Amino acid sequence: MTALLVLDGVSVRLGHRAVLQQVSHAIPPGRLTVIVGPNGAGKSTLVRVLSGELPPAAGAALWKGVPIAALSAARLAGLRAVVPQAAVLAFPFKVHEVVALGASVPGFGLAGHRRSIERAMAEADIAHLAARTYTELSGGERQRVQFARALCQLFAAQTPEAETALFLDEPTSSLDLPHQSLLMQRAAAQARAGRTVVAVLHDLNLAAAWGEHVMAISGGRLAAHGSPREVLTAATLGSLYNARIDVATMPGSGLPVVLPNAGPAPT
Amino acid sequence: MQRHAPASRRDVGAFHGREARHLLTWGCGALVLACAVLSLGIGPTGLSLGSLPRAVLGAWTGSPGPETLVLLNLRLPRVLLGVFVGAGLAVSGAVMQGLFRNPLADPGLIGVSSGAALAAVATIALGNGLAAPLMRAFGVYALPLAAFFGGLATTVVLMAVARRSGTLLTGTLLLAGVAIAALCGSLTGILAYASDDRELRDLTLWSMGSLAGASWPKVVAVLPFTLLLLALVPRLTRALNGFLLGEAEAFHLGIDVERAKRLCVLLTAAATGAAVAVAGIVGFVGIVVPHLMRLLAGPDHRFVLPGSAALGASLVLLADIFARMAVRPAELPLGLVLAILGAPVFLHLVVRRGAGGGA
Repeated sequence: MTALLVLDGVSVRLGHRAVLQQVSHAIPPGRLTVIVGPNGAGKSTLVRVLSGELPPAAGAALWKGVPIAALSAARLAGLRAVVPQAAVLAFPFKVHEVVALGASVPGFGLAGHRRSIERAMAEADIAHLAARTYTELSGGERQRVQFARALCQLFAAQTPEAETALFLDEPTSSLDLPHQSLLMQRAAAQARAGRTVVAVLHDLNLAAAWGEHVMAISGGRLAAHGSPREVLTAATLGSLYNARIDVATMPGSGLPVVLPNAGPAPT
Repeated sequence: MQRHAPASRRDVGAFHGREARHLLTWGCGALVLACAVLSLGIGPTGLSLGSLPRAVLGAWTGSPGPETLVLLNLRLPRVLLGVFVGAGLAVSGAVMQGLFRNPLADPGLIGVSSGAALAAVATIALGNGLAAPLMRAFGVYALPLAAFFGGLATTVVLMAVARRSGTLLTGTLLLAGVAIAALCGSLTGILAYASDDRELRDLTLWSMGSLAGASWPKVVAVLPFTLLLLALVPRLTRALNGFLLGEAEAFHLGIDVERAKRLCVLLTAAATGAAVAVAGIVGFVGIVVPHLMRLLAGPDHRFVLPGSAALGASLVLLADIFARMAVRPAELPLGLVLAILGAPVFLHLVVRRGAGGGA
């Protein structure tokens, strides 16, 4: 199976700063890929390049071999959905109206709109919030609404799953533990359905538990990649974050468990 | 605009259901018609509500009496002017608030009206000098065109000032708007200072806004700009709804963000400029009418935009009736009437909805 999304020597400059430098990688299709790395490493920028929001200064992000930057906004809307870090609404929309925005893309047709909206709200566990006003929700509830909106867009697009992608930029930062697991589980289900799922995560344990593939970004470069067990090691993480990090193994599942170590940085 | 209101707060939008909102849309349409009939039939001289049918009949049968002449030459152009100015300003306000994601954005508040006014005043004051070729070339359209480009130039300057790495900073925008409004106001003042007594009185009254000089050429002048805005409203609703999430999110939803922005800016500058050119500065409509619509029907632009058009037209017509009847045979300036009628209503709405209003 060839990769849906390929990064080919992607470099991005914002102002005078090189945010991404020569990032090349084939993102495994139908998998949940997690991007990890320290603050300011370029993780969100990478997602912005993949979503078509930011054209790279050099190199290209490719969707089935086509430069993503060359695709129109309307075309991209049928191919990928994005869960933003935090979305602030200026006006008091109802929750179901925010979710319905995901289905309001022209060219999606009206068939199955209602079903897409309802299914997305059920998957994000926000059906009970449908009639609430978005601006009155807590941060975590808003994140789940944004997740539902992105799912709704994918459902309504009716593009074959294998040709679509779901991007999540720190989707769990405001969520409680059960909802973190729920959201990652739903995102993983989308990957099992065939979509390419890419999530930026700060929580390395969440990355270990749900990631099928890990990309570690540092200083705008791809520092390491592979399975969680290959990448989430004390040595790799130590040099990635320039801090002492302990990694234990969960008895039973065998998953890595990452713990910060308060000691001085290794030299 | 973030706040966490107590859970007990009243649900937003009394007409929030689908059917209720359609009812509201029709109700708004009926309101415009009712206000138009009232405005045709109420006035200081010549034609009353009772004699309105006779006057209409006279126009129909082609045997015009004095009442028919009042209807066709005075009242009808005034009503049409009121409808186009009110609808244009209210929709411009709603579009700008959506575009800037800020309920305080308004063509009047951020200096677009002032820029349009400056250009129009300059055209009037320099009509026999520098602007003479312009007046000759465009005739009755010279003033609306000047006001349009004045409003457009102000908007472009504002967007350039308030843009940082691709995002429009609303706080900066509002502050820059205040500064530009002050600058345009003082330049307009200098032009006024250099005018003679008659021009000065005209300019002063004009800056307070009025439909008193309504005529068919003025209707024709404002018509294309307002109609263009109203005709393109259906194409703006989705983009504006998307903008409420943020520009990046709007792009994710398949909206060509830069194109939509350009369209919004051009259309509002055109409609505002044209309204300023024919009726002077009529404030308050662009900020209060969309607010009212959002309180009634929620923030969805599919309802806010057409509803604002109808409500804006109705409000201007009613205010104009009051303006010409309150101190007859003299007239109050329309802009002042709107501020006196509307500001307390606005304040009441804000207080009732809790600090800040949310909408």
